[in-house]
Amino acid sequence: MALNTSPNIPDPDGFYAELLEAHGGLSDDDSIALNARLILILANHIGDRAVLSEALAVAATGETR
Amino acid sequence: MPLDDRYQLAFKLYPYEHSSDQDATTPVRHPVVVVGGGPIGVATALDLGLQGIPVVLLDDHEGVGQGSRAICFAKRTLEIAHRYGCAQPMLDKGVVWNLGKVFHDDRQVYEFNLLPEEGHHFPAFINLQQPYFERFLVERVREAQAAGAPIELRGKNRLDSVDVHDDHVVLDVSTPDGPYRIEADWLIGCDGASSPLRKMMGLDFEGRVFEDNFLIADITMKADFPTERWFWFEPHFKSGDSALLHKQPDGVWRIDFQLGWDIDRKEELKEENIRRRLDAMLGPDVDYELVWTSIYTFQCRRMKKFRHGRVIFAGDAAHQVSPFGARGANSGIQDVDNLGWKLGLVLNGTAPECLLDSYDVERRHGADENILNSSRSTDFITPKSKISHVFRNAVLDLAQYHTFARPLVNSGRLSVPCIYDDLPLNTCDALPGGPARTRPGAPCPDAPLGQGFLLDHLGGDFVLLGVGCVVPEQFEVEGMTLRGLSVTANTEINDRYLGDATQAVYLIRPDQHVAARWHAFDENLVWVALARSIGKD
Repeated sequence: MALNTSPNIPDPDGFYAELLEAHGGLSDDDSIALNARLILILANHIGDRAVLSEALAVAATGETR
Repeated sequence: MPLDDRYQLAFKLYPYEHSSDQDATTPVRHPVVVVGGGPIGVATALDLGLQGIPVVLLDDHEGVGQGSRAICFAKRTLEIAHRYGCAQPMLDKGVVWNLGKVFHDDRQVYEFNLLPEEGHHFPAFINLQQPYFERFLVERVREAQAAGAPIELRGKNRLDSVDVHDDHVVLDVSTPDGPYRIEADWLIGCDGASSPLRKMMGLDFEGRVFEDNFLIADITMKADFPTERWFWFEPHFKSGDSALLHKQPDGVWRIDFQLGWDIDRKEELKEENIRRRLDAMLGPDVDYELVWTSIYTFQCRRMKKFRHGRVIFAGDAAHQVSPFGARGANSGIQDVDNLGWKLGLVLNGTAPECLLDSYDVERRHGADENILNSSRSTDFITPKSKISHVFRNAVLDLAQYHTFARPLVNSGRLSVPCIYDDLPLNTCDALPGGPARTRPGAPCPDAPLGQGFLLDHLGGDFVLLGVGCVVPEQFEVEGMTLRGLSVTANTEINDRYLGDATQAVYLIRPDQHVAARWHAFDENLVWVALARSIGKD
């Protein structure tokens, strides 16, 4: 299965609000740690090594265009 | 307190005239008094007056204040104005737009098209300065008055105090000829976000304050920017933390800059400082003139309840949102649309007073939806913490290359009418296979019909709509004459009203919202649904 980069989240605004709510009141360090945990949880859920590699590559280039 | 103008007028529309009420020895009682002559107050007077209900509107000025203020009017607002008979001048004057572009720094990350669906009378949006919108409403009032509609607009009549009783309200009013007193069976508060009426009654108005200032500059310029909504996050020209460019009629452009929280308001409003920001944005070669400038802050809040016995609040007086999404004036007009027919039926004795509680429930639902959407847009546009800023910019970086991130970009979710899902006036959906968009509680989508449009035939009163089947042309229920309309389905009506069903019967409220729908006509079921939708259940 290839990495899905098409819209795939129902209620995107609701999801985004919930994501930021999870960070509400956290220090920068705590936010970084929360993000790390979240990435690991989601990565495990995806499970597919090839998809994870592709996602890493997209994230890396997305930053620098 | 003297009766001085607090602002300059764009149009003087209802000059002060002495009323015989001012000479009466005992206060004259009116069925409905509206306080506030803005778009929501005038629309309320028009809605009621067109029903033949005598209505007196009080405003402490003699017309419309200057400044473009609300500029985006949505399709639903135009449909409602069309029902009132004043959409055409708005459409003629307004600027129609569909395309929006979103930029981050110096690159375009995304563009959206409001993708107007075919087969609607009105476009998704027009841009029109608020003073014009109000003027067209008042001109329609004048026309209606000439045809006998019992509407009175009283300029320079300031409400000073109210005494609220169980079955009426006593109002003390100031005029240039001195004070007088009147009474109202019903008082409708449309006196804006800082509502003096709300304060007189000591009512709450709570919510969230956003710590940010925005500078509006309306300018005229000769430049060939297209008729599109352009929004910048962290623009490369550094005129603000975000910027917006949007076209209005008369060659006027609305430009909006986000200034941040700690600013020197007076300093920022100096012409040379506004020009510095504009020059950076537009470049050195563009000639422009300033038409109107203002700095605003905003809050998202609403009253706990919109109905307080015989006093009912509508528009900004009842709820306030950030401007992102054009959900202020547009939602206020939906308040009027919702309140007008209900008050009409209560006043003529057809419906019980509790029908007005459904205004409260339905429009609080609408206000909550608008507050939620506009708060989320504001949070995206003005990130409140380092991490939310990081996420926001990550979305913008990704959106340029990956479609998945685009739905997360939020520079304003534009106003659409709310659906009164699961609220008490609805009857359970009984049309298997029917489209979700026309479920009970939803506003009727327009569609072509004959040489005109479907919505031309709906609204004002209850209508029984037969789609692909025949319903009686009229019959009596609940002391009302129900009008029947039978239409044969064309492609658009089929998509919007039948879906997988072969035929359908819709009960449609005077505000063009669906009250109930079935596969076939059954007089008993219509009777029960109608009773429910006028609060008799």
